Amino acid sequence: MDFIHSILIQPFLDMADAPDFLIQVLWEGIVSGVLYALIALGFVLIFKSSRIFNFAQGIMVVFAALTLVGLHQKGIPAWLALPMTLGVMLLLAIAIERVVLRPLVNQPDIILFMATIGITLFLIGLGETIFGGENKRMITEELGIPTDSYIFEPFGGLVMIEQRDITAVVGAVVLVVCLLLFLNKSKMGRAIRALGDDHQAALSVGISLSTIWVLVWFIAGMIALATGIVWGARAGVSFALEVIALKALPVLMLGGLESVSGAIIGGLMIGILEKLFEIYWGQPLLGGNTESWFAYMLALVVLLFRPQGLFGERIIERV
Amino acid sequence: MLYRVAGQYKTSYKADYALFPVKQDAWLLGVILLFAFVILPLMANEFTFRALLIPVLIYSLAALGLNILTGYAGQLSLGTGAFMGVGAYACFKLATIFPELNIVIVLALSGFFSAAIGMAFGLPSLRIKGFYLAIATLAAQFFLVWLFQKWAWLYNYSASGAIQAPNIQMFGVTVAGARASAMTQYYFVLCVVAVVTFCAINITRGRIGRIWKSVRDMDIAAELVGINLMKAKLLAFFVSSYIVGIAGALFVFFWRGAAEAELFDIQLSFRVLFIAIIGGLGSILGNYLGAILIVALPVIIGAVPSALGLPISPSMVEHLNVMIIGLLIIGFLILEPHGLARLWAIIREKLIIWPFPH
Repeated sequence: MDFIHSILIQPFLDMADAPDFLIQVLWEGIVSGVLYALIALGFVLIFKSSRIFNFAQGIMVVFAALTLVGLHQKGIPAWLALPMTLGVMLLLAIAIERVVLRPLVNQPDIILFMATIGITLFLIGLGETIFGGENKRMITEELGIPTDSYIFEPFGGLVMIEQRDITAVVGAVVLVVCLLLFLNKSKMGRAIRALGDDHQAALSVGISLSTIWVLVWFIAGMIALATGIVWGARAGVSFALEVIALKALPVLMLGGLESVSGAIIGGLMIGILEKLFEIYWGQPLLGGNTESWFAYMLALVVLLFRPQGLFGERIIERV
Repeated sequence: MLYRVAGQYKTSYKADYALFPVKQDAWLLGVILLFAFVILPLMANEFTFRALLIPVLIYSLAALGLNILTGYAGQLSLGTGAFMGVGAYACFKLATIFPELNIVIVLALSGFFSAAIGMAFGLPSLRIKGFYLAIATLAAQFFLVWLFQKWAWLYNYSASGAIQAPNIQMFGVTVAGARASAMTQYYFVLCVVAVVTFCAINITRGRIGRIWKSVRDMDIAAELVGINLMKAKLLAFFVSSYIVGIAGALFVFFWRGAAEAELFDIQLSFRVLFIAIIGGLGSILGNYLGAILIVALPVIIGAVPSALGLPISPSMVEHLNVMIIGLLIIGFLILEPHGLARLWAIIREKLIIWPFPH
């Protein structure tokens, strides 16, 4: 009885006892959810257009952030380092398309998946060789991101919201809106979706496969840079980010591999739920650190009931 | 010419289905086994055993387990590292609870634990496929490693949180633990790997193997011709996790000596997956070729700068190593997406018709 009480009732009593703390936890969840969603967006974009499950998105985040910080350390001002980093990401996209993807067109999915893991390893080695493996500070102030924090006092408690987190959330919303407009309204965006629907049909109406792939990988690189700045401002720039980026996978599963809005909703859901579970169930009952697996288990349970994720396209199989 | 198959007639179905329809294959295997059992141990020193020979064998065993699941039955798994961990922890618990039990029996039993866990996490495969299933196995990966850290009973409440291989004797010879010699451990691992490989070859080329292949190629079609998908998939998870679990137990008891939960993290899963894919999905031979490439090459690359007297710091060597491995993976995928085993098959074809072009 005690056991059931501690699982089903006590956590909610705790929540009601300290509503200000609950709000703080929810806010933290939203912020990390936005970050998961951003990484997941990069995955979705590439998956939609080429059916490639791009494992390298996580390391692209690290690599973009490292390049930005590294360029700044070389004495280049922040306003110049930003476009230069974008240039590096464009070069990276071209190189990946030319060297890796083009020879592997029409190979089975798993081969392309492995190739992106190869890219991951290569970028880890390259990043460590050029910039060193130690943790770096993101150039937050230099980029003009405010670092103060607001303090609210609802219900007689205390909630602290940092301005850089607000910047992150606002920036992510702007990015997503731009991306959705681009995908749905522009000619290039329609070409990307056409390529995702049917390679051969898209090719036959004159859509260039290699241009679109470079474009898509470049947009994924842009999203990676945005993610890297936001995340780096919170936790510093290090290769540990790459493991956190794996969290985007359950986000994708939850939202469905093809859905942009699914990636966002999935990201927010996982961000909030894993924080809540960790604070109210994980720490008192299971010894903490449940954030390492909660997202995956949640995705697993959801997949059992909806095999294509919450918003994915219905899977139709024919023999 | 060198590999001439002409003149080797088969007069019965039995001869056609034999393990070695071509005599030269048997000869080649004999030479390899001679190398593995006699010549390499004579030439190797302590370092070569510990850094090259034993890890290559253990990794190829793990890759063999994964290959049965991914290459033969078509179920992508990213949880191999955690299943190896289950085997290792089960072996550790069994060996400390029943210290008088023979190590071979302990190994065989610990495989059943990882097989059971693997089957439990294989259940979603009945409903989800492809990359979705891969993420489901990621759940196993992260959850199990977390469990290894938090459940103190698993590592006997030791302060360090690590499991340590106890000294185990078999027929009066120390085979595991700090006092075991590298050569004894090598022979033990080699025998286990040889036995498991023999079983795996015969499972995969028989009825069960054909069922798995049909499930891999198109599971709905397989179901239509009367194959029980649930049985086939769960059996694949069972056999695969059993082999992977044994590889994990060998990993700790006969190579590392001690292990923490973090050793079985996702990096280990990926390394095993690399071996299986670089070697060739759906082949037994490929696992050994892949393991030699992925495990032995970094050791060799790491030894090159000091041998040439280049002034490169060890951390730099490490970074370059990661980069080179990444490049190699991409290179091999482009060169031959079906893996090293396929490359060998092509070379073999060429040898058969050599010196004629057709």
